[in-house]
Formats: sequence, C-alpha cells, structure tokens
Amino acid sequence: MTNNNNIFKPFSVSLFLLFACLFTSSAIYAYDPDNKSTEKQAVGAAKELVSKDKKFNAGELIINHITDSHEWHVMGEGEHAIALPLPVIIYSSETGLTAFLSNKLEDGEVYKGFKLIKNDIVIVDADGQVDEKASSKLWDFSITKNVASLMVSVFLMLWMFISVAKAYARNPGKAPKGMQSLLEPLIIFVRDDIAKSSIGEKKYKRYLPFLLTVFFFIWINNLMGLIPFLPGGANVTGNIAIGLTLAAIVFVITVISANKNYWRHIIAMPGVPIGVLVLLTPIEIFGMFLKPFVLMIRLFANMLAGHIIALSFFSLIFIFAEMNTAVGWGVSIFSVAFTIFMGMLELLVAFLQAYVFTLLAAMYFGTAVEEHHHAEEHH
Amino acid sequence: MELVKPAFGLIFWMCVSFGLILFILKKFAWTPILNMLHEREESIQNALDSAEKAKEEMKALQSNNEKILADARTERDLLLKDARDIREKMISDAKGIASKEGERMLTIARENIQNEKMAAITELKNQVATLSIEIAEKILKSELSSDEKQKTLVNTLLKDVNLN
Repeated sequence: MTNNNNIFKPFSVSLFLLFACLFTSSAIYAYDPDNKSTEKQAVGAAKELVSKDKKFNAGELIINHITDSHEWHVMGEGEHAIALPLPVIIYSSETGLTAFLSNKLEDGEVYKGFKLIKNDIVIVDADGQVDEKASSKLWDFSITKNVASLMVSVFLMLWMFISVAKAYARNPGKAPKGMQSLLEPLIIFVRDDIAKSSIGEKKYKRYLPFLLTVFFFIWINNLMGLIPFLPGGANVTGNIAIGLTLAAIVFVITVISANKNYWRHIIAMPGVPIGVLVLLTPIEIFGMFLKPFVLMIRLFANMLAGHIIALSFFSLIFIFAEMNTAVGWGVSIFSVAFTIFMGMLELLVAFLQAYVFTLLAAMYFGTAVEEHHHAEEHH
Repeated sequence: MELVKPAFGLIFWMCVSFGLILFILKKFAWTPILNMLHEREESIQNALDSAEKAKEEMKALQSNNEKILADARTERDLLLKDARDIREKMISDAKGIASKEGERMLTIARENIQNEKMAAITELKNQVATLSIEIAEKILKSELSSDEKQKTLVNTLLKDVNLN
C-alpha cells in the first residue's frame, strides 16, 4: 500500500513542478529582449518593460537561485552584485590539479585557460574558443554554493550532536536540558517509530546510525535552504545530486544487507506459477531500482518545488512593479502573505521529507532483512 | 536540463561529507546518545518496577500486619476464655471440695453421735440392769420373807413346769 503512495506522490509533485515551470517560463519568454522599439508602440502595456535596459527576468532569477553556482550570491545584480567567491578546484589529466577563487572567472574572464560559461567551467584555447574535447575531460571538484552550504550544515550537525552527546555524558540518567530536550524526542522518534517499527526489534540497531544521520542531514539541509540569506539559501536537498547520492547509499545498504529471502522474493516469488514469474521477475528487478530512484525524485522534486514557489511569489512583485510601481506595492502584500504561508508549509515539508525519506529507507532495509515467516504475511 | 543533471563535483563532496558525518556522528554522537537513552530508559523502568514491588511489599506487609492483629485478637479471646474456664473450674472445684469436706465432717459428726449414743445406751442398759437386779433383789427379799409365800411360789413354779 505504501509503495503505491510513494509512487504517486512524486508524480503529483512533478506535475505541480511542471505547472510551476510553465508558469515561470511563460514569464521568461513573455518579453523577448530582441523585440526593440517596433513592437513597443503596438503593445502599450509592455512599453515600460521593454524600454528599460535591464528587464526583470523571473525565470532566470529563479533558475539562478535553485541551481548550483561557483559563487555564493549575497545581494545586488549585475555589476553591483555582492557575492562570496568560492574555491574552484579542477582536475584534468592534461592540466593537473588547479585551484583558485571563483572571482577570477567573473564576468566571463579567462583565467589560466579556464572560462565559466553559465555554471560550467570549460577550457578555452588562445583564440578564446571553447575546446570541447579538453573540456569534456575536466573533473570539477569545486566548492560550489551547494558544497559550501553542505559543509556548513555538516559542521552545524557535528556541533549540535556532539555537544548533545557531551551533555548526555555530563549528566547521565538525568532529565534532558536545552538542545538535548529538542533533539531527544526526534532521536527517539526515529529509533522507535521509524527504525524499530520498519526493521524489527532484532535488527534495527545496525541501521540506526545511518537512519538518524540521514534524517537529520535532510532535515537540517532543508531548513538551511529555507533561510533566505548566507549561510542558508542554497538549494541543497533540492539538487538531484544530493538525492542521487543518498538514494544510492540506501540502495547499496539494501543490497548488501539483503538476505536469501529477499532475493528469493525478487527472482522467484514463492507460490507464483512460472508463467506469471516471467512477467513478475522483471517487474520485481525493476522495482528494486525504482525504489531508490523514487526516493531521489521525491526529495529533489519536493524541495525544488518549495524553492520555486517561494521565489515565484516574490518575482510576482517585480513583474508587476515593472508595469506600474503602485501595482508592485499592491501585489507585494499578497506575495508576502503567500510566501509566509508557503514558508510555514515548507517548514512542515522540510520535516516531512526527512521523515518520509528515512521511513522508506528503513522500510527497504526492513524488507531486505525480513525473515521468511514474516514475509508470507504480505501476500 | 541542468536541474536534473547531477553534477559530479557535488556528488563527490556529498559522498565525502556524508561519509564523514556518518562516521563521526556514529562514533561520537549516536552510540553514546543511544546508549545513554537506553540506560536511562532502563533505569526509569527499574525505578518503576521497584516502586511497584515496594507497593506490593507494602501491601503484603499490611495484610501481614492485619493477620498478626487478627491472630493477637483471637489469642486474646482464647486467653480470656481460658481464664474464664479456669475461674469457673476453680469455683466448681472449690465448691466440690467444700461440699465433700462438709459431708465428711457430717459423717464424722454422725458417727460420733452414734458412738456417743451407743455409749449412752450401754450405760443406760447397765444402769437399768443394775437397777433391775436391785429391784429384783428387793422383790425377792419381799417375796421370800415368809414361808407361805415361798410355798405359793414353789407351787406356781411347779404348776408352770409340769412334768413333761
């Protein structure tokens, strides 16, 4: 039953995402910068927008915020932008390991033969032409915005949990205090309601450190993403690489800890005639990969959608402000109200996604280590 | 498409940071925290258990007390009953002895009276005999004072005797 929900939820989210993209992309393409003054007279409403040198482009703004970047944007735009330069670390068999700060590549400058196009670092030759062949061999280990944010939350987590562990060691057997009392119910929740109930009393202990780490990792990164300024604001959990890595770890742990019973259910479901097995076995094998894939998509899509919605509401202000400043002010009331509402919802989603990811990971581990007599109950 | 294209660098750093955080937290946070939680839960459970046990012991003690009290009460009743019995027995015994003694004394008295009576009777008899003899002597003297009278007597006696 849960599997059905698992599959449908990301679908609905992706659907929503699709609408969100359509909405924002319509905003992107509504005003083509190439339309010069010829159409200006014809379309009176768009007059102001087009006549300005710099037009507000909501799609670009949103995409810039939700994608990874080699600099950590703080405020401002264009030449007035204030951004934290981040280290660029590049390895290729030809140039070896190169490291420098990303502000060397600002505004399309070429540094040591490297150039930044959008968010990709490429190699350019002496003429300034992109060397596609050499660029494809580049390994980009740069500390990007997401990596930096990841590290911030990793240090935050280390500090939080080690200090909590120390608090436990300091007053053993006493009632929790401070951060201890905030985190203890969550730790117990993960232990009792996620690990114990999905994996079983006997085997849950092996998986508990991983499940706890995943839960708090996702949750804290989600929350960091909700903070709109440095050191938050990066769309870490809404980046597919993060979901991919986490899902891959879940998949590897599932496969490694899987017992004979698990494989038997995948390769030849007991009590199913051979004719049906021909159909069922490929589905089961496909399902084995689908489960972590769904984990990845759910986390990615949910968190990305949250960021897009929040930014979309704010973009509305500026889209309307370009038509008329007063309208912009008027819209801002609704935008802020909606953003507050979405922020509340995102707080819930941040927790919910951490919970769902951990619960499903625990359930996959649970099926992998399930003993025979339990397995029969499912059919 | 940039959104769904996982970046290599991010995957690399994610693996590094996640592996590191998993390792460090497992060693320095999860293990001690979970152990402590387990210990505390156990100690709370133990405390609850021992409280329950103490309650039960208390209850047992109370019922024991009640039993002892009841025992004491029954014993007291028993003692009282015994005492009452003894008293009654003593009284009845005393009564018995007294009546027996009285009877004995009565018997002795009666015997004495009998003896005295007998003695008196014997003495009376003796006196009567003596008196009778004296009277008989006097009568005989008077009867045999003349010859005539002696003859009459012999005749009378002879008449009585006859010759059988």
